[in-house]
Amino acid sequence: MPLTAIAFYLLAIVTVVSGFMVITARNPVHSVLYLILCFFSGAGLFVLLGAEFLAMLLVVVYVGAVAVLFLFVVMMLDVDFARLREGYAQYLPLGLVVAAVLLGEMVTVSSAVANRGAAAANATPQAADLHVSNTQSIGQVLYTDYIYFFQAAGIVLLIAMIGAIVLTLRHKPSVRRQKIHEQVGRRRRDAVEVTKVGVGEGISE
Amino acid sequence: MNAFLLQYLPIVIFFAIATVLGLGFMIAAAVMAPSAPDAEKNSAYECGFNAFDDARMKFDVRFYLVSILFIIFDLEVAFLFPWAVSLFGMPHDKMVYAFVSMMVFLGVLTVGFIYEWKKGALEWE
Repeated sequence: MPLTAIAFYLLAIVTVVSGFMVITARNPVHSVLYLILCFFSGAGLFVLLGAEFLAMLLVVVYVGAVAVLFLFVVMMLDVDFARLREGYAQYLPLGLVVAAVLLGEMVTVSSAVANRGAAAANATPQAADLHVSNTQSIGQVLYTDYIYFFQAAGIVLLIAMIGAIVLTLRHKPSVRRQKIHEQVGRRRRDAVEVTKVGVGEGISE
Repeated sequence: MNAFLLQYLPIVIFFAIATVLGLGFMIAAAVMAPSAPDAEKNSAYECGFNAFDDARMKFDVRFYLVSILFIIFDLEVAFLFPWAVSLFGMPHDKMVYAFVSMMVFLGVLTVGFIYEWKKGALEWE
């Protein structure tokens, strides 16, 4: 399938190049934009593998939400771009060592799996029934066979929600907030009073 | 090229047209537009005086909170997709089990939703 191969190499090159640009771009905001491009082409690679649900998830969650979060972090930190570049050459050797170790680990694991792991028997895992789509086959097991993991995911999301609120929510006491039910529920007789005022007299409270 | 990947052909065509259009305008602007670069054209404009400082400033942490709450409900929706697709293809007892399982999941997140509503995290002061 030459066309599939062309698509794979195109997407893979875009992924690697944009991943490289993430760490070399001068402006952190540009780095985040390159990260989004990287996620997008990663989603394309997932589609080529037939994992369309993962591709959709990558676009919806990572491109839509996590990238926005990264942008906020970049903007919130108020980074000085010139000072950020200073230690680049100084930390480069250490970074290269870490990258080399990671590369070695990945090559070792991949070759081990390719030689005698589970992947050897079934190199490209396919859905048992070809009429069942990727999304459907996930749905058939996720909510029943893997119910504990599914509910644990719910609990984790709940904890993330509560944690974010506890850590970042601060109400300023001086700010007056809207109380919509009180404002709407206000009646004319609570607010307005008609008083007869005689000539030359005032009204005392 | 198999039938599955052929479904994505419209998206590929769409991306190709978008790329050609975007690059076309950029190249056309670079080739045809008059060019007289000046440092002052890129500087921030403030009426009559030089700019005090960079336009970039710290974001309020509350934007971050809104975005985190958005991600959590985004993930909740992502869990709903396979459920909605596969629920009615299951045998009956499994279907009830999957339905209850999802309702418990939604219930847990609804507890969080009520919490954030009552805390006023969704309000902007």
